[in-house]
Amino acid sequence: MYPFTYHKASSIEQAQALLDVSNDSKLLAGGQTLIPTLKQHLASPGTLVDIGKIESLRFIRVEKANVVIGAATPHAQVANDKNLVQKIPALASLVGKIGDPHVRNVGTIGGSVANNDPAADYPAACLALGATIRTDKRSISADDFFTGLFETALVEQEIIVEVAFPVPALAAYEKFPNPASRYALVGVFVAQVEAGVRVAVTGAGANGVFRMTEMESALVNDWSADALEGILPSVDSLLSDLHGAADYRAHLINVMAKRAIAQTC
Amino acid sequence: MKVSMRINGEQVSADIDETQLLAHFLRDNLNLTGTHIGCDTSQCGACVVHLNGRAVKSCTMLAAQADGADVTTIEGVQQNDELHPVQKAFRQHHALQCGFCTPGMIMAAIDIIENTDDLDEHDVREQLEGNICRCTGYQNIIAAILSAAKEMRG
Repeated sequence: MYPFTYHKASSIEQAQALLDVSNDSKLLAGGQTLIPTLKQHLASPGTLVDIGKIESLRFIRVEKANVVIGAATPHAQVANDKNLVQKIPALASLVGKIGDPHVRNVGTIGGSVANNDPAADYPAACLALGATIRTDKRSISADDFFTGLFETALVEQEIIVEVAFPVPALAAYEKFPNPASRYALVGVFVAQVEAGVRVAVTGAGANGVFRMTEMESALVNDWSADALEGILPSVDSLLSDLHGAADYRAHLINVMAKRAIAQTC
Repeated sequence: MKVSMRINGEQVSADIDETQLLAHFLRDNLNLTGTHIGCDTSQCGACVVHLNGRAVKSCTMLAAQADGADVTTIEGVQQNDELHPVQKAFRQHHALQCGFCTPGMIMAAIDIIENTDDLDEHDVREQLEGNICRCTGYQNIIAAILSAAKEMRG
């Protein structure tokens, strides 16, 4: 690892003050992506500000028609939360399949969402459920939040505080994990929320997570796997690499979407 | 920087480099070499220890992040000079060959047994996703964990 200075913050205010001290600082939450990145010499922040121990960022609460999850809440806690399992079982089940149990004991929702890995699971749930990402400065809708590969609408020194997920009438997530890395080669989250039918795809987009509006229109009239027959994304918008060519991913998106719908019927 | 944590029941304080990983702190500073490092990519699980009772990868955590925590390593699981039931089961079921992955497997297994209701073979296979063994083919590891679970639950 390249050298850095480490600071532990005990409150959001303290984290803000620590971030202000240097202009090459980075937030550390669970570190399940950041630490491996540092080990591989793929990042060299001058300062790490650890927000993983801020108690006020670790919670899951029901707030009107939303379930709100604190940014530093580890995946294992989210996956097993009784309220979440009851209100949005599809989300609890998605979180229970992130990484492996050791990663889930440490990795956090805030870290996953802020990193916006194109193969991460959480972004698909955020986009399909129409979640709101609340930071120390503002609220950002998931539609505006995920802007590209590892890119988000977050500005320098902005801290995610919590993510609010609307409770859907129906929802399901299906992923086809890469057999080696277990990251999503393709993951599809389908949901019926107040805003309508939403379908989000992770693992496959050349610009990261994206919505399949053509599938959404088909499902509005007919919520069935058959309604998705033949609906494929354009291969130009998909990743193509040694793990899967674009046309293979396009096919998988259709299959995963059908399986997700079938889960809810 | 200074860190202080409880390791296998004993309070430990040290002055460490801020970039030091928990795995290196345990091995290099405290000579607790039962915690193994089998990869450089956070995938193999040989370094698993318990942090406040839950299994974590000590190679994917700064020692600084564990400041104030309660850490248990493979050296800390035996009770009154007697092997932990999971250790005994690994021996009885021949759940290791070279033994390199074993400390991580046992730490993972204890967490699995203590934190899963109605544990069955499917659960064990799924929850061993973060631990890689290149020798055994897992079969005997799974048999050992199921047998230890039975014993630990009476």
